[in-house]
Amino acid sequence: MPIRCEIVSQDRMVYQGEADMVLLPGSEGMMGILPDHAPLLTTLKLGVVTVRIAGREEYFTIAGGIAEVQPDQVTILADAAENVREIDVERAEAARRRAEEMLAKGIPHDTDAYLAVEAALRRSNLRLDAVKRYGKRDTTLPSRKEE
Amino acid sequence: MSSAREMRMRIRSVKNIAQVTRALEAVSASKVRKAMAAVQATRPYATKAWQVLTHIAGQPGKETLHPLLTRRAEVRKTLVVVISGDRGLAGAYNANIIRFVSQHFDTSPHPVVYVAVGRKGRDMLLRRRKQIIAEFSNLPAAPSFADVSAIGRLAVDEFLRGEVDEVWLAYTDFVNIVKQEPVLKKLLPLEVHRDERVETYETVHLHAAYIYEPEERQILDEIVPRFTALQVYQAILESLASEHAARMVAMRNATDNAVELVGYLQLMYNKARQQSITNDLLDIAGGAEALAQAMSQR
Repeated sequence: MPIRCEIVSQDRMVYQGEADMVLLPGSEGMMGILPDHAPLLTTLKLGVVTVRIAGREEYFTIAGGIAEVQPDQVTILADAAENVREIDVERAEAARRRAEEMLAKGIPHDTDAYLAVEAALRRSNLRLDAVKRYGKRDTTLPSRKEE
Repeated sequence: MSSAREMRMRIRSVKNIAQVTRALEAVSASKVRKAMAAVQATRPYATKAWQVLTHIAGQPGKETLHPLLTRRAEVRKTLVVVISGDRGLAGAYNANIIRFVSQHFDTSPHPVVYVAVGRKGRDMLLRRRKQIIAEFSNLPAAPSFADVSAIGRLAVDEFLRGEVDEVWLAYTDFVNIVKQEPVLKKLLPLEVHRDERVETYETVHLHAAYIYEPEERQILDEIVPRFTALQVYQAILESLASEHAARMVAMRNATDNAVELVGYLQLMYNKARQQSITNDLLDIAGGAEALAQAMSQR
């Protein structure tokens, strides 16, 4: 029996559908959620969420958030989430270069600006890594079911 | 009475105004729809976040679990986040929200400080000599969550530092296209009402069975500031829809008035033209008459 999976970010519903298994980047480590999991609430860190359904896999990058697990449902409240296939590689590259340049210019550490740039860099790196690792495999998958 | 040429120019200028206001009305109409769609898109997250919040904080004995959820015994200073527009020409939209805020907080027994979102609101608050601790203006036409999350963070920071003891959010609720209402919402401390009805054996039992990773307090640390920022985001989108609706109605009224004025001016112009033709005819007839008399007398 599959489990319902919803990934929502503040400004949209990113994914809604069934899953055989969901892999989450929990703040205490990766976790795999199977149907009939015990109720669980956890915070998430920057990483990739994998949704496995009928032998296919969907990948989503998230920039942290919270996940609620019920025996029949996984809800992910993400700070920013996107399907790996939606990622605009050129834009992510440009964002990474911008962030790296700004860091190279030497912003004083421990300031908000420094942390913001660093976070932006981590996000861009995550997106690019995710595309590199999962982007190709995605092309062989049938297109995502319409919600 | 002005000359015929002046009247023609006046008619043309009023017609031009009608054209401009009609265009502005159409632009606002499409923006209302977009803003409403954006509000709708935030609903799933808000609903889910609220469920999780009530779930954790609504448990018996957890009322003082987190400083952001704890009501302070004494309120010494209040912060009000006022959301208005950057631009005018929106009927009474900006004036309404400021008047509403004044009605509520001018009589406050303790100091009230403001965060102004939108240039018009900032200007009006300054004119009323209010203390503004921060302003956010020139937001993009379709703000994303990232554009406005700083406002929520500011509110949370001020509250946690003890600078203010409660935070209110004043914005304009979009009821429908012709009705927008200023409303006030308490942002912090976040009030999670425990529903007594659900406190059955089953729910208590289920609560106990929950695994928290990390512990509840840290999860609240993450979720409450996000929820606050989301409420601000929703309020801004809602206000944006209201602003565009108010502007649309104002522009429709302006167009109607202009059309009516053109009708009236056209009538006056036609009357004046007719009058001058009649006068000319009378002149000619009178002249001919006089000439005929002069001829016959000779």
